[in-house]
Amino acid sequence: MWSWVAHRITGVLVFFFLFVHVLDTALVRVSPDAYDRVIDTYKTPIVNLLEVGLVGAVLFHALNGIRIILIDFWAQGPRHQKAMLWTIVVVWVVLMVPGTYFMLEHTVTDLFGSAS
Amino acid sequence: MTTETAAEAPLLESPRTRSSGRTGQRSNHELYSWLFMRVSGLVLVFLVLGHLLIMNILDGGVQRINFGFVAGRWSSPFWQVWDLLQLWLAQLHGANGLRTVINDYAERDQTRFWLKMLLYAASVLILFLGTLVIFTFDPSIG
Repeated sequence: MWSWVAHRITGVLVFFFLFVHVLDTALVRVSPDAYDRVIDTYKTPIVNLLEVGLVGAVLFHALNGIRIILIDFWAQGPRHQKAMLWTIVVVWVVLMVPGTYFMLEHTVTDLFGSAS
Repeated sequence: MTTETAAEAPLLESPRTRSSGRTGQRSNHELYSWLFMRVSGLVLVFLVLGHLLIMNILDGGVQRINFGFVAGRWSSPFWQVWDLLQLWLAQLHGANGLRTVINDYAERDQTRFWLKMLLYAASVLILFLGTLVIFTFDPSIG
């Protein structure tokens, strides 16, 4: 039930981002400067943090989507749906920890200075 | 549902006869849509997670992206095909998902109709614009 709700919410969020993302990428057809200016906003701390949210949403949607496919097509799928839910939660955390580190590395050093 | 007094109540048709001419030959398009979500979803797992890994995580992530970076990538047919496939599958997968969400939550026929028209118009715009940009990209612009 909650995985179904989360699948919907992440799906809708990613859909709206895709709309914006195709529009911003289309600026490569206008001028290099127009594109570089909009991409610079992607590098600001707040948008950078939103990107972590986006990657987290996509990753959950992808993992849970695989789980849905297994439930639908694998004979043993429905029996293991709960175990598969916990599996994808663990995989999500394991991938998001290093992912978040690399995505925010630059922003954090920029804001708070290098520790070394 | 309308309530009427017994005196003026018309003969009500059986609900079974209501479906306008579609009885007996229902289309399979909801089945194909269900299957498309699974097939496109599986392909998108690789395309989109690959895209996010390259663009947001590896080698400095989003900080290194600019016009020159895009020009370098799209000089290769491999990434052009990747992005084109990703664009079409993601937009169709997303539009089909939103169609389901609209059908589930918009209760008035009019609301449902116009929300879906807006969705289809936006989808056509995005597919057209995205395809145009990939095919007509010019690295020496400006």
